[in-house]
Amino acid sequence: MDFFWPIKILAETITVKILPLPAGSFLAEVVSYFIYDVIKIYLLLLIIIFIVSLIRSFLPPEKIRLVLVRKNPYWGNILAALFGIVTPFCTCSAIPLFLGFLQAGIPLGVTFSFLVASPMINEVALVMLLGLFGWRVAAIYILSGLIIAIFSGIIIGKLKMENLLADFTLGKILQPQAALAPIKFSDRLAYAKDYTFGIFKKVWFFVLLGVGVGAWIHGYVPADFLTRFAGADKWYAVPLAVIIGIPLYANAAGIIPLVSALTEKGVALGTTLAFMMAVTGLSLPEFLILKKIMKLKLILIFAGIVGAGIIFTGYLFNLIIF
Amino acid sequence: MTQQIIIQVFGSGCPTCKKLYEQVKQAAAELKLKTEVAYITDYQKIMAAGLMALPAVTVNDKIIIAGLIPKPEKIKKLISENI
Repeated sequence: MDFFWPIKILAETITVKILPLPAGSFLAEVVSYFIYDVIKIYLLLLIIIFIVSLIRSFLPPEKIRLVLVRKNPYWGNILAALFGIVTPFCTCSAIPLFLGFLQAGIPLGVTFSFLVASPMINEVALVMLLGLFGWRVAAIYILSGLIIAIFSGIIIGKLKMENLLADFTLGKILQPQAALAPIKFSDRLAYAKDYTFGIFKKVWFFVLLGVGVGAWIHGYVPADFLTRFAGADKWYAVPLAVIIGIPLYANAAGIIPLVSALTEKGVALGTTLAFMMAVTGLSLPEFLILKKIMKLKLILIFAGIVGAGIIFTGYLFNLIIF
Repeated sequence: MTQQIIIQVFGSGCPTCKKLYEQVKQAAAELKLKTEVAYITDYQKIMAAGLMALPAVTVNDKIIIAGLIPKPEKIKKLISENI
């Protein structure tokens, strides 16, 4: 059953009664599809980001650091990747997080698991996937993201890359207690509300734009149009999608509706997943910032391992989902 | 209060961080505080301050904002509560 049926009725009513477009006409169908998706995604964005940021208010980076310090490496990798789901990721915070973990003696591999999962499994991408592809694809995305983050971290840990970090005297942790002071629940709610509206303000226009172009493709591009170029049998589609995805970080909210429309027109689902993971997980601005604290070689190894994981995931899903 | 007030804004130099710096300067001016707001992008100093999320603001070494940009009124309130 479609959980969003009231929105569907609302969208159809707006299209036929308010605009008004002739019921059953082709244009009416495209417009109603557009209104339905936009309302659905706006609602999901507000609800899910609010819940995630509320959970996050209980898990400041200082607390995550305390938990990770006490774990053995493999558990550490798994937990770090899981924490990565709820932590926001802003390239501004990548370095203090990274250094803060190392400062506390958390192994490099565990730190990398966190660094991979945090941007890749982000709540905006999750909402878009849930809204446009359904919960199965969203769940597949989270699971593959977690697995890639855990294994990339374990591999980097085994490679013993500590010598590729820039010279840094990290010093003692001075005031971890500052951020661990008790917070009132009303403050957590206020934080979640501010954060939710902050993100919403940033992405609402991209959603509108992306869904708009998506609705146009949905209505006016012939089905299977892209199968010839990017169907499951085309070996080059997955790596190509990953390469195109690397410089596109900022617009995840606008790109996913587009990609959803392209999937409808014949791009294989594994290729689509790989593309979205590359958009969120491999970001050029992040690499440029990381350059300040590690040697280029380590960034390339990191990008190589994560990229290989994404490409593998893409092929795997093209193979098992038709 | 005759004590010297020290306000520091920490950031990586990204546009978001610079925006917070401008807003904190504005807030300090509106509160008529006799202080220079410092903008710090040196990671050595950021780590020494115990910060793990940027942008961040400290008043007399106490962290009052970390990892997000509150509304201008909220910034003013947080500063005046901590001086």
